[in-house]
Amino acid sequence: MSVTEISRPAAAPAATEAERTPPTVAMRTGGGLIAYVRKVWAITLKDLRAEFRAKEVVLTMAAFSILAVIVFGLAFDIRVPESAMVAPGVLWVTILFGGVLGLNRAFGAEADRGSLAALLLAPMDRSAIYFGKLVAGLIFMLIVDALVLPVILVIFDVNLFQPLNLLGILLGSLGYVAVGTLFAALTANTRARESMLPILLLPVMVPVFVAGVGLSAALVDGRTMDAVLRWLLVIGGYDLLFLTIAYLVFDMIWEEA
Amino acid sequence: MSTATAPQPTALKAHRGLHYTQLALAIAAVVAMAAMMWVALIYAKPAANLEGTEQFAQRIFYIHMGCNFAALSAFLVSLIASIGYLITRNLDWDRLVQASIEVGLVFGLGTTITGAIWAKPTWNTYWTWDPRLTTVTITVLIYIAYLLFRNGIDNRQTRARFGSIYALFAFLSLPLTYYSARWFRSIHPVVFGAENAEAEGGFGVGSTMVTTLEVAAFSFIVLFCSLLILRFRQLRLQDRLEEIREDLD
Repeated sequence: MSVTEISRPAAAPAATEAERTPPTVAMRTGGGLIAYVRKVWAITLKDLRAEFRAKEVVLTMAAFSILAVIVFGLAFDIRVPESAMVAPGVLWVTILFGGVLGLNRAFGAEADRGSLAALLLAPMDRSAIYFGKLVAGLIFMLIVDALVLPVILVIFDVNLFQPLNLLGILLGSLGYVAVGTLFAALTANTRARESMLPILLLPVMVPVFVAGVGLSAALVDGRTMDAVLRWLLVIGGYDLLFLTIAYLVFDMIWEEA
Repeated sequence: MSTATAPQPTALKAHRGLHYTQLALAIAAVVAMAAMMWVALIYAKPAANLEGTEQFAQRIFYIHMGCNFAALSAFLVSLIASIGYLITRNLDWDRLVQASIEVGLVFGLGTTITGAIWAKPTWNTYWTWDPRLTTVTITVLIYIAYLLFRNGIDNRQTRARFGSIYALFAFLSLPLTYYSARWFRSIHPVVFGAENAEAEGGFGVGSTMVTTLEVAAFSFIVLFCSLLILRFRQLRLQDRLEEIREDLD
């Protein structure tokens, strides 16, 4: 069956990764920072490999995001005099809505394939699973962002490839994936998972969204460095706050499992 | 059956204690709300610098601020209770989270509606994306999401835990929402000339107004406490009913 074909390679790399490291020292929940990073990376690699074979997340996200930009372009072409006015908003709305598709799969795919229990049995701190999923999700998001920016350039004729804007997108995506991965874990086993995640996620993401639009708009309008840095600081602060809290509470999610 | 009957006496005793508190608070709330209406409509002197409909409209300010204080207290209680639940895993904390969020939502909507009624004659629009209005809207949306999310989880313990985690995230994002919305506006002054929203339709707060505001804040917090305990007891009874029903099955 196709389902087992997908799930087997997805689960196998984590196991081989676990066997490769010395079991008595490195795979305990202690083991130092390097062991921890290696575990995080094992989870990330597993997700990347699963994605490379199944191709169900990035392609869907990219197709949706590009479609969204084109639909926005079509909608605003009629009424908005200058496309530079809406381009920052379009960028961040697209990131927000496209990202939900990928985040839904972060734990949804594990729950659907029945591999969630196996993942939780991995001999590592639960937070390593969280950070592994987070890094994989961030990579997916950044790939999609890299595809969306040229489309915005073509359709809206606004160049958003400015270093500070790229930094803002990186930090914004990080904050988004940080909160989104945790919420995806919360919603993975609830009813109406796919529609619940955006309802939970979007209102909490408002600071990143507002700051992101502010940042991109400030750069497009050529405002002072002061305003740009302030927005970067807001996004950075958000990332720091919620990464810490997510790290603290992630252990509590699967207590009875 | 034995598991159901054993905790009954203590639970009932705690219930009866809350029952009297509830009764006292309910009476206090009725008196306080009546007093609030009297000071807001009769005792407070008219605003010195306002005319016509704006003069009438400004009296809603006391109810508006009262609702605002009550909503703020409610969401603060929800934050404390959600942390309390995550530490102790006592379901009473979770009931407190749910009760305070439900009551807080009512006051949050009250703040929004009274604000919109006041804004129409004063700002000539019901709605604008002022930072406070943005924050209030997002707050209401977040806590509606919280209630929807709870409903989607069947296991009682999981529901409590996930709800508390979400309530924690929800509350902590709100200050950031407020400040980002404020900076967004201060960079793009569109609706108001000045940075501060009170620059349009603001009024001098005289000494009777300060007293009135204090009475209003106090009355609404008494009302909030009364509703909170009522809802808390209801949720507790609801869980108890579920337990008994499961025992009978």
